[in-house]
Amino acid sequence: MIAATATLRVSIHYLVILPVLIFFGASLLLLIASAMWRRTMPTWVATSTTVATSLAVLVVTYFQWRGLDKSGVSTTVAHAVVLDGFSVVATAVIAVSLGLAALVAHDWAIRENVRGPEYQILALASTAGAVLMTQANDLVVIFLGLEILSLGLYVLVAIDRRKTVSAEAALKYFILGGFASAVFIYGAALVYGATGSTNLSSISYFLGSNVLLKPGLLYAGGALLLVGFAFKIAAVPFHMWSPDVYEGAPTPVTGFMASIVKVGAFAALIRVMISGLGTQLATWRPILWVLIVLTTVIGAALALPQRNAKRLLAYSSINHAGFILVGVWAGTARGSAATLFYLATYAPTVVATFAIVTLMGGLGDERHSLESYRGLARRQPWLGASLAVLLLSQLGAPLTTGFYAKYAVLASAIDASGTILALIVLLSAAIAASFYLRWTVVLYAEPDGDMEMSRVVVPRATGLAIGLGVAMTLLFGIWPGPLATLAQHATLYFTP
Amino acid sequence: MHSSLWLSALIVLPLVGALVAMLVRKMPGASYIVAVGVGAIEVVLSLIVAVLYSSHVANAQGFDFYTRHVVSAPLGLAYDVALDGLSLLMVVLTALVLLLSLLGGRDKRREPAFVAWLLILTGLTMGSFVAHDVLEFFIFFELTLVPCYFIISGWGGAERARAALKFFLYTFTASAFLLIGILYMGFAYQHQHGTALTFAYGILSTTTMSHSTEVWLFIGFAIAFGVKAPIWPLHTWSPLTYAEAPTAGSIELSALLAKLGSYGLLRFAVGLLPLAQVSVRPYVLTLAVIGILYGSILACVSKDLKRFVAYSSLAQMSFITLGVMSGSTIGVTGAVLLMFNHGIITIGFFLIIGYLERRRSSIQIADFSGLQRPAPVLSAIFMVAMLASMGLPGLSGFVSEYLILIGTFTTHAWWAAVASLGVLASAVYLLWAYQRVFHGRAEGANAEISDASSAERWVLVPVVVLIVVLGVFPKPVLDRITPSVHNLVTQVATAGAAK
Repeated sequence: MIAATATLRVSIHYLVILPVLIFFGASLLLLIASAMWRRTMPTWVATSTTVATSLAVLVVTYFQWRGLDKSGVSTTVAHAVVLDGFSVVATAVIAVSLGLAALVAHDWAIRENVRGPEYQILALASTAGAVLMTQANDLVVIFLGLEILSLGLYVLVAIDRRKTVSAEAALKYFILGGFASAVFIYGAALVYGATGSTNLSSISYFLGSNVLLKPGLLYAGGALLLVGFAFKIAAVPFHMWSPDVYEGAPTPVTGFMASIVKVGAFAALIRVMISGLGTQLATWRPILWVLIVLTTVIGAALALPQRNAKRLLAYSSINHAGFILVGVWAGTARGSAATLFYLATYAPTVVATFAIVTLMGGLGDERHSLESYRGLARRQPWLGASLAVLLLSQLGAPLTTGFYAKYAVLASAIDASGTILALIVLLSAAIAASFYLRWTVVLYAEPDGDMEMSRVVVPRATGLAIGLGVAMTLLFGIWPGPLATLAQHATLYFTP
Repeated sequence: MHSSLWLSALIVLPLVGALVAMLVRKMPGASYIVAVGVGAIEVVLSLIVAVLYSSHVANAQGFDFYTRHVVSAPLGLAYDVALDGLSLLMVVLTALVLLLSLLGGRDKRREPAFVAWLLILTGLTMGSFVAHDVLEFFIFFELTLVPCYFIISGWGGAERARAALKFFLYTFTASAFLLIGILYMGFAYQHQHGTALTFAYGILSTTTMSHSTEVWLFIGFAIAFGVKAPIWPLHTWSPLTYAEAPTAGSIELSALLAKLGSYGLLRFAVGLLPLAQVSVRPYVLTLAVIGILYGSILACVSKDLKRFVAYSSLAQMSFITLGVMSGSTIGVTGAVLLMFNHGIITIGFFLIIGYLERRRSSIQIADFSGLQRPAPVLSAIFMVAMLASMGLPGLSGFVSEYLILIGTFTTHAWWAAVASLGVLASAVYLLWAYQRVFHGRAEGANAEISDASSAERWVLVPVVVLIVVLGVFPKPVLDRITPSVHNLVTQVATAGAAK
């Protein structure tokens, strides 16, 4: 990647890569500490380390943001890693999601008797990969981030070793994920062949100042990159793995996948498509158009017959991935801001949703049929209402963040003359509405006489995560101004 | 120009009331008292606003109580309220519907939640009617679905889950077209003028668009509002939903929320898209005429009373659509007036049906007979509502239907001619239903039916008073509506002619 000659001295601006270092450092620290610990490290030590790390990264992103105001965008490590508004906000979103997910995993680990700090070690390492993806300005660094992210996840999916479904899901995820990575790196190689660089800025410069007489190589490379990303974000027709893996993985891990992986993958996707291949907008847009229509419509339609909460949420997240892609499709600053806004609002919502699903899963993490939610809101009004709010937010009801997220991406599409696309995508949301509503109805339905449901105990940590997720959903839903402005400012600093 | 705080109070008060109602839920009956209190204050406030309203205000278009605050510039989101002659009556109707449906449709199952949803629904509906920003209107409009959904699915009849889902999906799907249309207009304006993204009503109406664009937008808007109104053939959700909803829910839906459809059609589809009007009018008018006749025929053959009112509402709402699309000041004035009158008449119908349902646990027309003898007061009030709905001179329905037919006749004579058959048809289905339920011999359970209690009578008093007063002396109301309507119709006509 770096043509390291003897005279080249790579200067590293440490503030830029500090979040990655903190996450990875915390992971290593936990790993070493757990080895030194006399007996098994108590779960709370690992959890509090993760939460503290997330908070530390949030503080760092605050200083990074202030630095941006003063000195603007900066790159480091031979321009392979970039610090801009987009990466700062995306990192903050990842940190918040990790903190919430760690709280959920804590209570799950105690309930399922999954002892030891391994979960948190792997989650921290994966998160470092996701953060690296948001900052990568080079195809190889993106690949690096993607692999760090994925390797941790493959293991996380199978972290509950006693469950065969988890092992099956992990294997499926590993094989298909490895395949996707191979496709991605092959695409990167082809793009390198066509443009002479893997650095996104250089690629963009090269394409802006040269006319490719035979662009076939570039197109093939770009298409393969897109396919690689489509696997990671589970866009139709590359979504097959997602329902099985979502269902098989332990529920907190599913929440982790649905939030942090999405943020990392979309951040990198936006960078590749817009800062790298932005000059080829007219070429990749129609492809993305088809991908979006398939993803939103098929994702929503396939969710309809689902009776399992986790599978349903898997298809729902496919539908959401389509929505987020709309912001990428727009290819404008407004579109990038909308994507960022969507990710920032969707991630906490989905972590909190999976937190409730984790609780409802009960011992063994197996009670996931929608029927087991019958009358939940009657028995436990707060828990039921929280889930109802989270579902309505994913549905896109006003006064929740979900509405403004959808609104923002649709607005960016119409701004970029994609009225038809916006209409199709929004109609898919109407299909999706029916399964969110069916679930909500079940929550408020009268419990069956013969099914005596016990109250679900809400442990403190998970309760906190749910509360924070719902609070963010409602707060920014009623008052979206600050977050929308932040997302807009973030993209002003976009691209070096 | 008056302070916008009046309007904000109308929106916020019910929402606060809902919160209070939930806070006092442990005390039996307390939340109901809170809700009724809020309802009474709302009625008083809305009447004050109606009396204060002056069409001669500084800004030319006749909007009073105006304010605008930008909430989020990147999203183009603003809090923007104003009142004019078109929304004035709707504000009063919203408050009245809340109070009367609370008093007449009391439902004691899980009462705190029920009244809280009703109050939230009122606040949101109020917001839709006074919203002066198109995006803000959309948000309120869309949000009304949530309380409606919970009211129907929580307190409705046996098929409530299906009815609620059908209702939600129809409206949600249709409103997708509205949102895309609104966004399209906002960006069209922004691209033309290079300003910040805005959806302010007055500003958007100055967007210049090609004729075909406006026609497409009109189709989108008409789908969204046509489902809500309902306009034939988009009405298919309404009979099931009206029949399954609890009494208060049916009143809210047909007396009030249906008006959101016709109001939106007038304010946004007509007001914002003047170029499209001339070309789309014949088609929408045709749909309206079909709706009048279709609704009348199905009202004749419906087997239960709620469906009967649902279909007769379809006919009446089609009359409103006819007036809205007539393109004449008289016709539109009649439509605005009929929105209010139909609301009041429907409250009367559904309250009485609710009372009958309480007594007999049935709403099948065949189960009733000869109620006139055991329940003379109920039948008399039903008769007043029925005669008003039929358009008998001296009652409120007459004035509005007459204005609509005259207005439509001046611009589209043939449509008016066929639509006037609808007046005849309404006499047929109303009288026949009355005959089956209230005439004949009362036997068995029907003979023992009790007449309206004094509480029930008091709830019906305002309905009867409004029907009679607006029939005999509609002038003060018409004076308040006409300037705004005239403004709108002239603007549309000039813009159309300028093309």
